[in-house]
Amino acid sequence: MASNTLYSPRDPALKKRDDFEDILEERRSSSDLRYALRCYVPVVYKGIAPCKPGVLKTAVLQSDRLRHVVAEMSKETGESADVIREEASGILEEMAHRLRLGTVRFFAYSLSKAFKALFQRVRVNEDGIQRLQQSIQEHPVVLLPSHRSYMDFLIMSYILYTYDLSLPVIAAGMDFLGMKIVGEMLRMSGAFFIRRSFGGDKLYWAVFSEYVKTMLRNGYAPIEFFLEGTRSRTCKSLTPKLGLLNIVMEPFFKGEVFDVSLVPISISYERVLEEALYARELLGVPKPKESTSGLLKARKILSEDYGSIHVYFGHPVSLRSLAQGRINRSQYNLLPRHIPRRPSQETQAFVNETAYRLVRLQEENMVLRPWVLVAALLLQNPDGVDMERLVEQTSWLRGLAVSFGAFLDWPDYVSASKAVASSLALHTGLVRTEGGRAQLAMEPKEPGSPEEDLFDRAASVLSCASYRNQILHVFLRPALLGMAMQMAEASRKDDIYSCFSFLRDVFSNEFILCPGGTVQDFDEACYMLTKCAAVHVQKQEVVATEKGQRILSFLTSLFQPFLKGYQVVCRFLCEDAPEGFPESEYVAAVRSFAVKRILSGELTCYEALSSDVQKNALAALLRMKVVRKLKVGDQVTLRVNKVAANTLENKLGGRVSTQKALLARL
Amino acid sequence: MFSLTPPQLFGSKKDGVKQAEIQGLLKYGWHTEAMVLTAIRGELVVIPVEWSWLTLSRVLFSRQEVMKWNGWGYSDSRFLFNKKGQAEFTGRRYRLSGMVLPSLKDWFESTFGASLQHKSPATATLNASAVPFPSLNEAFLQDLKSTGIPFSHEAEDRVFRAHGHCLHEIFALREGKFGRVPDLVVWPNCHEDVVKTVDLACRHNVCLIPYGGGTSVSSALECPPDETRCIVSLDTSQMSRILWIDEKNLTAHVEAGIVGQDLERLLNESGYCTGHEPDSMEFSSLGGWVATRASGMKKNVYGNIEDLVVHIKMVCPRGVVEKSCQGPRVSIGPDIHHFIMGSEGTLGVVTEVTIKIRPMPEYQKYGSVVFPNFEQGVACLREVAKQRCAPASIRLMDNAQFQFGHALKPQVSSIFTSFLDGLKKFYITKFKGFDPHHLCVATLLFEGDRERVLQHEKQVYDIAAKFGGLAAGEDNGQRGYMLTFVIAYLRDLGMDYYVIGESFETSVPWDRVLDLCRNVKERIVRECRERGVQFPPLATCRVTQTYDAGACVYFYFAFNYRGLADPVNIYGRVEHAAREEILANGGSLSHHHGVGKLRKHWMPESISDVGIGMLKSVKEYVDPDNIFGSRNLL
Repeated sequence: MASNTLYSPRDPALKKRDDFEDILEERRSSSDLRYALRCYVPVVYKGIAPCKPGVLKTAVLQSDRLRHVVAEMSKETGESADVIREEASGILEEMAHRLRLGTVRFFAYSLSKAFKALFQRVRVNEDGIQRLQQSIQEHPVVLLPSHRSYMDFLIMSYILYTYDLSLPVIAAGMDFLGMKIVGEMLRMSGAFFIRRSFGGDKLYWAVFSEYVKTMLRNGYAPIEFFLEGTRSRTCKSLTPKLGLLNIVMEPFFKGEVFDVSLVPISISYERVLEEALYARELLGVPKPKESTSGLLKARKILSEDYGSIHVYFGHPVSLRSLAQGRINRSQYNLLPRHIPRRPSQETQAFVNETAYRLVRLQEENMVLRPWVLVAALLLQNPDGVDMERLVEQTSWLRGLAVSFGAFLDWPDYVSASKAVASSLALHTGLVRTEGGRAQLAMEPKEPGSPEEDLFDRAASVLSCASYRNQILHVFLRPALLGMAMQMAEASRKDDIYSCFSFLRDVFSNEFILCPGGTVQDFDEACYMLTKCAAVHVQKQEVVATEKGQRILSFLTSLFQPFLKGYQVVCRFLCEDAPEGFPESEYVAAVRSFAVKRILSGELTCYEALSSDVQKNALAALLRMKVVRKLKVGDQVTLRVNKVAANTLENKLGGRVSTQKALLARL
Repeated sequence: MFSLTPPQLFGSKKDGVKQAEIQGLLKYGWHTEAMVLTAIRGELVVIPVEWSWLTLSRVLFSRQEVMKWNGWGYSDSRFLFNKKGQAEFTGRRYRLSGMVLPSLKDWFESTFGASLQHKSPATATLNASAVPFPSLNEAFLQDLKSTGIPFSHEAEDRVFRAHGHCLHEIFALREGKFGRVPDLVVWPNCHEDVVKTVDLACRHNVCLIPYGGGTSVSSALECPPDETRCIVSLDTSQMSRILWIDEKNLTAHVEAGIVGQDLERLLNESGYCTGHEPDSMEFSSLGGWVATRASGMKKNVYGNIEDLVVHIKMVCPRGVVEKSCQGPRVSIGPDIHHFIMGSEGTLGVVTEVTIKIRPMPEYQKYGSVVFPNFEQGVACLREVAKQRCAPASIRLMDNAQFQFGHALKPQVSSIFTSFLDGLKKFYITKFKGFDPHHLCVATLLFEGDRERVLQHEKQVYDIAAKFGGLAAGEDNGQRGYMLTFVIAYLRDLGMDYYVIGESFETSVPWDRVLDLCRNVKERIVRECRERGVQFPPLATCRVTQTYDAGACVYFYFAFNYRGLADPVNIYGRVEHAAREEILANGGSLSHHHGVGKLRKHWMPESISDVGIGMLKSVKEYVDPDNIFGSRNLL
């Protein structure tokens, strides 16, 4: 079983990371105009076939792949091939970037101004830049930044321009095109636009994938996209989307390129620009449509201080090395390579695993500010905490986080009290400090109806939670073990393992937990908790130590909100959900259910209001077949297995022992 | 000084005189236009220079007396760096023989990071006492003696037939190391002798390994180290007669031991040729071609061995297999020739072959085309194949190989030629804007009657022009083909200076040619780096054959092994990785070198388990006791 595997975890605390340089420092001391107009000669891929964006489009439209799909569609629909080709050309026109140096220079100038106003520092690991520069010359490069803010791709291009590296072409959502001039400007700075959903559209898929692959094969420019698919509103990584990753890997599988370098990049913000927006969005205030005037209104944010940004360019990962022994490339030998084919199961599993691995690499190199620790502690003490105690706890938590491998931006010479004080100073909107106590700012500015007040409070909890979320990945595995120990109510390793496995399964839409990695994660958790002397792992048993109580109770309460959130969803499904209700009404229905319970005092966890938790819970329930989707006409309705939902809720609440729960599920 | 007449020697051997009596053509002393002065048993012998291998082999059973025992080809032909540090090719057999190659040293040093100061010389003479003692099957030996078929168990004879020309085989010989070698060598003189030998082998459970020209590069001749039976090397070199020529049907019936260049020369005397010219044709034999599914340079006109063969006679433990007629094509079930061709000595010995012949071409013309890059060159070859107008031979060298070929240019005799060369270079690189680090060259050989050749030539050059190709003269073309004959000699030179290398080949569909070439070369470079090779390797390729549906690609791979403890092992791993890369990119396990023991690891994935079962069942029926126990292929 678990302990018998050969897997031996490396000590996460020993992970070596590069130093940072502030790129704004030079901007503050020299001319932005000269910087924007300077000579820009990036190094390029050694096998590059240089071409203009126009030539690229022709190459795509005339590719074997597209010709094949057009001919096939023409045969299927009876439409003439010319019409379909015209359509394809239209799609490409809408999608394609028009990278122009002039626009890039404009951005270089205006972003310099904006960044200097917004941020104290933009810090970059220059060793990572050097590695990237090397990679760009050797193999086609795929840049995979984390996605927390609209700023992400502007920052990326800005940094690459600063270091004289090839500007990437960036996969962006079509919604940006709604912003009139800005959309086109983004296009001219290298963005290409893809529709959010095009599931069944064969032609769209063909044009899109061929476009990306052509750029990759030619070594046209680094390709940049977000594995997470969309901005994470919660500041914790989203489970990866595989579409684009599949596309960029295919040229390697088919031998069209020797290798592809996948570069995970972690962009961490001390304060996300969209902070307030996100909390509202999670609570159901709809996301404002992207518009230029909206952007201009957002100008007022220019007057605030958003602290530092850290951008960490991770080690390029060789796709070839990853695929070694995993993918049998000769499976592509017997079919012409331009004929699209569903990837084999082994390939899908590989892509999925790689995606998780890359997101984990992003997480690992996320720089965490001391404030993140403070936020985690404040959330655990909703009634506030003495400053002294807060400093002591923060200091203790720092030690724990570091020993679990957190990448903490907290130099030794900064004392805990100083770190806490400056954290609180930067986030005055979220925390109230009065009479030597610190507390989340929960009182509404102007009292309204009980529901409005509740939403105001929830908004500040969720904002604060978005900071705590940044550190969850560090504690995730040990915490799952801690929760499993609590749930199993016994110290038998097998029982604990099965609880661990259950929890891991439940939360695999919530956190980055690669399917199939249970054993490894369990070992990792045991290793980490053993290392900090919180548990004793023996052959048959896992026992908590005296000293471990504090750690374990911190860990379990850290993840309590999620446990609660999922329970609320289950409760809703058991009690309140009408038979076969439409999926589109799900979030609103759960929310009002939760609001009721909070108002009635049955529930104190505001995070249960987060639509993110609710959606993830639904995805998990669908996966576990507690809820099924039924398509009736145009509408998708949900059908609930109430017995299963009830059992699940009880189990999450620790009211049924595992064995029985398992039996019940059977 | 006296001259030995062949019959004398031949007779003495046949009378069972001990091998030692004619041992050791020690070294050539000097040569003139017509004579080679040499020494046999310390006595000087004069041999007419036009005696090629055939003549000599019928005189001397021991080939090692004209050929190197631990390297490629004739003893008198080798590359060396002379006292002035210039490369020279000795002997007088080749166009390059006796010439000085002024740029080879620079190329050699800069490509490999090698230095003339660092030598890794081979063991000079074969130390017979280091050769394992033969384990003979006395009963077999007794019966063999009574048949009168000549045999030998001298160390030199056995060592010479224990290997092909894989790098690890030659490397071991140069170090004076011997593994399992045959215990006995027999020289059957005709089909009947083979029947008798195989019969005796079956009766006494002796392992037979047929030996033709010894040019295998697949470890096919290696004796399985754990073979406990007596291993007998069946040398076919005495079976080298053309038995008849049928001018009505244009076929010739030939004994399978004949060597390529002799076959061509003898047919030429009657005005014919087979047109089958593998790069190894100086030494490889007809039987060997059949047993490995060989391919010739001019296959576009004459076909590969499977197209050339009309009839085959093979002696198996189960009996003699052959067809009953010489119909040009038959529909009588699966073609039994295809069990024989490619059987690599695992089923029996090919003794006689009826092969197609053609009247000798009236006119031959070399040519060459320079392309701005390899991609354009491949596109051109693809178009030529599409239009089915490939010349007798068309080959495309990549840039590295083009530079390699350039390094083999002999010293220019006149200022005028060097001026012309300079002008040509200027025209191509400056006027036409070809990047000297990307351009590549296709070499061409046209054959036929003069008018048709010229017409054909125009057609091909017109196609080439569409892909940016510029005609670059006959001389470049001819030099390109010469490279293939001397490359194996060059390896021996490299091995004197810490450089080891080899060639390998594959066939691949057209659309994957470029990807395969790039990926395999890059894989080689990466593997070398990862395995601690201190210097960047030479990894270069050329497209050597075109087909309707694909091409044959040939790679050279070599590196400087200074600083490595176990270079042969590392070489083997890199080659293994390169082959995996080939297979992953849609290439075949082999186009014409065969599988042998070197590549049999990949056979199941190449032909499926059922395919393996099919071959096994044939082997089980034909040779149930594994008399032909080389263990190639399966």
